[in-house]
Amino acid sequence: MIHARFDISYPGFALDVDMQLPARGVTALFGPSGSGKTTLLRCIAGLERVSGGLLRVSNEVWQEGEKFLATHRRPLGYVFQEASLFPHLSVRRNLEYGWRRIAASERKVQLEQVILLLGLNQLIDRNDPSSLSGGERQRVAIGRALLTSPSLLLMDEPLSALDAASKQEILPYLERLHGELDIPVLYVSHALEEVARLADHLVLLEKGRVIASGTLSETLSRLDLPTAHLDDAGAVIEAKVAVHDEAYHLTRLDFSGGSLWVSKVGHGAGTLVRARVLARDVSIAIAVPHGTSITNILAVRIVEIRDEGPDRVSLRLAAAGGQILLSRITRRSRDHLRLTAGLEVYAQVKSVALIA
Amino acid sequence: MEFSFSASDLSAIWLTCKLATVVTLILLLIGTPIAWWLARTRCWWKGAAGAVVALPIVLPPTVIGFYLLVAMGPHGPLGQLTQSLDLGLLPFTFAGLVIASVIYSLPFVVQPLQNAFEAIPERALETAETLRASKLDSFFSVALPLARPGLLTASVLGFAHTVGEFGVVLMIGGNIPGQTRVVSVQIYDHVEAMEYVQAHWLSAAMLLFSFVVLLLFYTFNSSGPRK
Repeated sequence: MIHARFDISYPGFALDVDMQLPARGVTALFGPSGSGKTTLLRCIAGLERVSGGLLRVSNEVWQEGEKFLATHRRPLGYVFQEASLFPHLSVRRNLEYGWRRIAASERKVQLEQVILLLGLNQLIDRNDPSSLSGGERQRVAIGRALLTSPSLLLMDEPLSALDAASKQEILPYLERLHGELDIPVLYVSHALEEVARLADHLVLLEKGRVIASGTLSETLSRLDLPTAHLDDAGAVIEAKVAVHDEAYHLTRLDFSGGSLWVSKVGHGAGTLVRARVLARDVSIAIAVPHGTSITNILAVRIVEIRDEGPDRVSLRLAAAGGQILLSRITRRSRDHLRLTAGLEVYAQVKSVALIA
Repeated sequence: MEFSFSASDLSAIWLTCKLATVVTLILLLIGTPIAWWLARTRCWWKGAAGAVVALPIVLPPTVIGFYLLVAMGPHGPLGQLTQSLDLGLLPFTFAGLVIASVIYSLPFVVQPLQNAFEAIPERALETAETLRASKLDSFFSVALPLARPGLLTASVLGFAHTVGEFGVVLMIGGNIPGQTRVVSVQIYDHVEAMEYVQAHWLSAAMLLFSFVVLLLFYTFNSSGPRK
C-alpha cells in the first residue's frame, strides 16, 4: 500500500491530496496539464519538499512529521519526460550509474535482464548517448531506473516527448515490464490511450485534487467523471483469446458474459488480452438487429444515461456477466427509441481495438 | 645574436611558474565551492558576494596590494594572526605573494566556473539523485564532468593571470631574488637598468607563452556552432 498526503498551496497552484494506492501493478495518475500530477510525483520522489506531508510506501515511512528521507535514500526509480541521460557517460555507464550505487545484495535486477527486456543489446556499446534516437534514449533511461532495483517506479509522461512512431516502439516494452517485473509503477499521463493500455489502477486528478480513484475498467466506465467526456472515452475489456477463424482471418475474444470478434491476432488461444471499445463506436438497437454488417452485437441493459452536450448522450451499458460498455448516441435517438435506464437493448460494436 | 637567459632570469621564470601553479591549484580548490554556491543559491546576498569576488577585475592592483599589505603587516589582522602562530610576517615572502595572487586572480577562476555550473540543467542533478547519488556524489560524478570546459577555462585564466600580474607583486612581494622576483618584475628591473636585450628576450618569452596558452585554449575549447 502507498499512502500519500500532501497539501501545498501557493498562488496559482494548489495540491491537496490524501490517497491510498495499491503497491502493485501500474497506477496511472491521469489529468489535464496543471492538475498537479507531476508535482505529486515529485513530492513522492522527494524532489519537492512539502512540510507536513506524509508518505508511506509498503510500511516504510519516506516522509512523516520531521522525518524526510532524501531522494537518494528512497528506493525508487524515476523516469522523466525527457530521457535525461548523462551526456558525459557512455550508454553502459549511464545504465550502471545507479546500479553501482546500491549494495550488491540489493541488486535484484541484473544488467543482462534489462538489456533483454528493453532490447538494448544494439545500444549498450554506444559511447555517445546523444547519438541515440528519442525512443532509444528513453529505453535506456527506463533501464537505468530499473537497475536500481526500485521498490517503486515513478514515470512522468515518459512518452509525451516522443513522436508517434517512437511511442509505438516503446509501448510494448512498457507492457513487458509490467508483465515480467514485480515493481509497482506510478505512471503520470494525460493520454487516455496510454493509460487504457498500461494501467491497472487509475487516479484522476483535477486542479490538484483526486476526483476519482479505482480500478481502470471501473473508473473508465463511470459517466460522472471527466474521462467520460473525452472524445476517445470508452470501456476497457479484459478478455481471453478463444478461437481463430482462419478462413475469415478473425479471432474471437471471450470475456465474462460475452464475446467479441476482432481482426485475427497473433496471440495463441488462452492468452489474456485487453481490448478497448470506444463509446462513439457503440450504437444501440432495441430489437435484435437483422441485416447488419456489424459482427459484434451484445445484449445489454442500460444502467445510466447522461447528457453529453446539447446533441449527445452517454450510455452506460452492462452485459450479462457485468462487463460495462459505454455508448455515445444522439439525444434524438435516445428520445425516438425511448431509451431509459433499466431497458434491455442490443449494443452494436462497430470497432474493437486490441490494446495489449 | 647569441643570447642565453641569465641565472637570475631563469630563477625568475622558475619562480613565476611555481607561483602560478600553486596559485591555480589553490584557486581551483577554493574557487569551485564559491562558484557552485554562487551558481546554485537563491540567497539574497548572492549579488553582494558576486560583486566582492569580482572586485579585483576593476580595482587597480595597487589598491588590492595596499590593503593586503596593511592587513598582513605587523598591526593588521592577518599579520597579528601569523605572528601569534609563530609564522612571522607575510609581506615580502613567497607565501604572502601566493595569498595576494589568490585574491587577485579569484574572479578569473570563479566566473568561468560559475557560468559552467549555471549551464548544468537542474534535471541532470535531480536525475542523479533519483539514482541514489547524494548531493556530494552527484557534484563529483555529474556536475564536475559536465563543467569540464569551464574548469579548463578557469585553470588557464587563473594561471595566465597570475603569470601576468605586476602591481600586486610589487606591493606585497617586493623584489627579492628567488623569493618574490617574478618575470614581470625582472623585466621591469632590466628596463630600469637599461638592459634592453634581456628585457626584450624575457618580454618575448612572456608574449610567446601567453599567445601559445591562449591559442591552445581557443583551439581546443571553442564551442563553435553546436552539432
